[in-house]
Amino acid sequence: MDVNAPARPPSAPMRGRFRSGRQALLGWLYATPTAVFVVALFLLPLLIVVKMSLSRWPLLTGDQGINAPDNFTKAIDHRFFTDSVVFTVKYTVIATVLLLLLGLGMALLVQESSRWNNLLRASFLVPSALGLASASLLFYVLYSPYASPLAPVVDRLGITFLGSPNAALFSTVFLIVWRYAGFYMVLMLVGLQSIPADVFEAARSDGATRWQTFRRVTLPLLRPTLALTTVLCVTGSLLAFEQFYILTKGGPDNSTITVVQLIYMIAFQGQNDLGVAAALSVLVLAALVLLNALQMRAFRSEGN
Amino acid sequence: MRRTSGGRTVLRSLAGVLAATLVLGVAACGDDGDGEQGGVAQAGPTGVDDGSELTLWTRAPLEKQAKLLVEAYNASHQNKVNLTVVPNDDYVAKVGAAAGSDGLPDLFAADIVYVPNWVEQGLFQDLSSNVAGLSFKDTINKGHLAAGTKDGKEHVLPFVLDLSMLFWNKQLFKDAGLDPEKAPANLAEYAAAAKAVQATRKSGVYGTAAGLNCGGCLVFTWFPSIWASGGEVLSDDGRESKLADENAQQVYRTWADLWKSGAVLPASSGETGPTWTAAFTEGKVGLMFYPATLLSSTPFDVGVAGIPGPDGGASTFVGGDGIGVSKDSKKAAQAWNFLSWMMSDQAQVEVLAKNKDVVSRSDLANNRYAAEDPRLVTINQVAGKGDTPVAMNFQQAFNAPNSPWLTLVRNQVLNGSGDLQKDNEEITAVLQQ
Repeated sequence: MDVNAPARPPSAPMRGRFRSGRQALLGWLYATPTAVFVVALFLLPLLIVVKMSLSRWPLLTGDQGINAPDNFTKAIDHRFFTDSVVFTVKYTVIATVLLLLLGLGMALLVQESSRWNNLLRASFLVPSALGLASASLLFYVLYSPYASPLAPVVDRLGITFLGSPNAALFSTVFLIVWRYAGFYMVLMLVGLQSIPADVFEAARSDGATRWQTFRRVTLPLLRPTLALTTVLCVTGSLLAFEQFYILTKGGPDNSTITVVQLIYMIAFQGQNDLGVAAALSVLVLAALVLLNALQMRAFRSEGN
Repeated sequence: MRRTSGGRTVLRSLAGVLAATLVLGVAACGDDGDGEQGGVAQAGPTGVDDGSELTLWTRAPLEKQAKLLVEAYNASHQNKVNLTVVPNDDYVAKVGAAAGSDGLPDLFAADIVYVPNWVEQGLFQDLSSNVAGLSFKDTINKGHLAAGTKDGKEHVLPFVLDLSMLFWNKQLFKDAGLDPEKAPANLAEYAAAAKAVQATRKSGVYGTAAGLNCGGCLVFTWFPSIWASGGEVLSDDGRESKLADENAQQVYRTWADLWKSGAVLPASSGETGPTWTAAFTEGKVGLMFYPATLLSSTPFDVGVAGIPGPDGGASTFVGGDGIGVSKDSKKAAQAWNFLSWMMSDQAQVEVLAKNKDVVSRSDLANNRYAAEDPRLVTINQVAGKGDTPVAMNFQQAFNAPNSPWLTLVRNQVLNGSGDLQKDNEEITAVLQQ
């Protein structure tokens, strides 16, 4: 967020001296560094992707000229398109529900500051210090029926972690929960602690039960935090890639292909067609923008 | 602070871009001058050894052989080759990105099954006049040379040959009451041996193993079974799949039966490639179809034979990597120096054969190292009976993690479902794209 800060000068002076040309120039000057970064690191790549999506662009030979809208029809007609969209949505719903519930639950658990709670908070947060790819590799070994220290037990019980479609999905969800629950706990904790204590006191002196306090006081006042975490979690899950790339490679039997993985497969594993991959990326981007706008609106209107 | 440093960074990077453009411009002008004398065709029989730095990329499975070759070359030449080893899964992406931005290294190796496509896309320079100058041209491995030949012009030489062979663990064979000196002669005997090892019920020991979620592994190990009994896997033009034929069906049936009987390492069903040989190397698998390049790193006593088919016979997949001079190389004459040395007796025998690897020239098959180890003679002999399939869309049809070939095998062997003819047509459809 603070990257954007220089771009928005305080609004009060803006209104007062808007007509002053020097001030406006100064404003633009302040905004320039950010603007340059936004253009160079966001707008330009975006434009290149859009151009790719409209052109025939094989990985090995580069740009072969415009062929719109072939890439988009090819992307939608791809034999894994529907499967990957359905799977990504399914994964997003499961991951979001679990992460938000667990994050909130853990935050409520460690809300009061005491020595043991500090220890708990720290241990919940530790997995977040590990990169997602490293965490995935760690679990790859843990889940491996061959290299895992759990292998003898797993073998005797006849369980498989990655061998069947559902097992692979839930093994991956477990990894994600392990890795991210602490992070969402911290976000929830910040939200909880920004609720003024006197509101709780008032509720208590009115004779509210714990459940009533939680339902009527905590949850409504936590709405902005809930909005933020939902947007973060939904966006993150829809863009899931590393965990599936490392753990399942889309298997078994192509049952765990996410949309981003499909993009990667089209671009680099076989079809080697950057144009179709870019077309799919543009579709995902549009869907995400729409979804985030809807989410923001939903939380705002309920808040009013 | 943030803004100041940001601004400076921008200025600096602008300056950097400007400088880079200038350098590139100068370099480009320089090339135009050199291009006339420096082309690979004018390199002479052994190229130029003038102390240039060359870059070479290869993928991780062949790291050992590549390192040996590069070290031996650097020790005996003024040119210096810098080797970059890339993880197997990332190799195509890395080469693709470099090809698109004209940033390929001087030399790069490619999985031989991708070579036809990459030659077609123009990633390699034409080596035909140089190859024609080699006195031993006719003895170079035919499969590799053919894969890199377009319009009668060779673009690629064999870098490292990797053959799939039947390996068996002699100790486990003895424990199971099998003859440790005799290879199973056909697939039925193979299955019987696997079940016999399984029946010893030793903890952690399994009859056989395969990379059942790894398209490339299955191509490498199961195609030879089809060839051994006289079957074909692809039409001659590489645009039609014949993987629903009777020979292929027998192979699937044998493996489905093995899987059901529990004689296959359970981890095989999810094996995507990285550890598909590990269990055998650790002595926990009785017999399996295994890459010959790993012979030198298998620490216990193993038997080696060609891969049998349902009716016996023996064949092998002549895999491994081909290598050529990239389209972007400005030092083609120096790069040819490496390639011509690589094909020489010196490199083939004293580097590759010494490390128990397969030589890529048939006239060197009976070298002094092979004579010491009869298994190497077996491998070199079977190499002549092997095959290398050629198809433009090989990667997408077979090696990709979501390939239709993988779907076919998993349906036939693991899931006992799916329509074989339909799955096979899906492969043909991809091959024809």
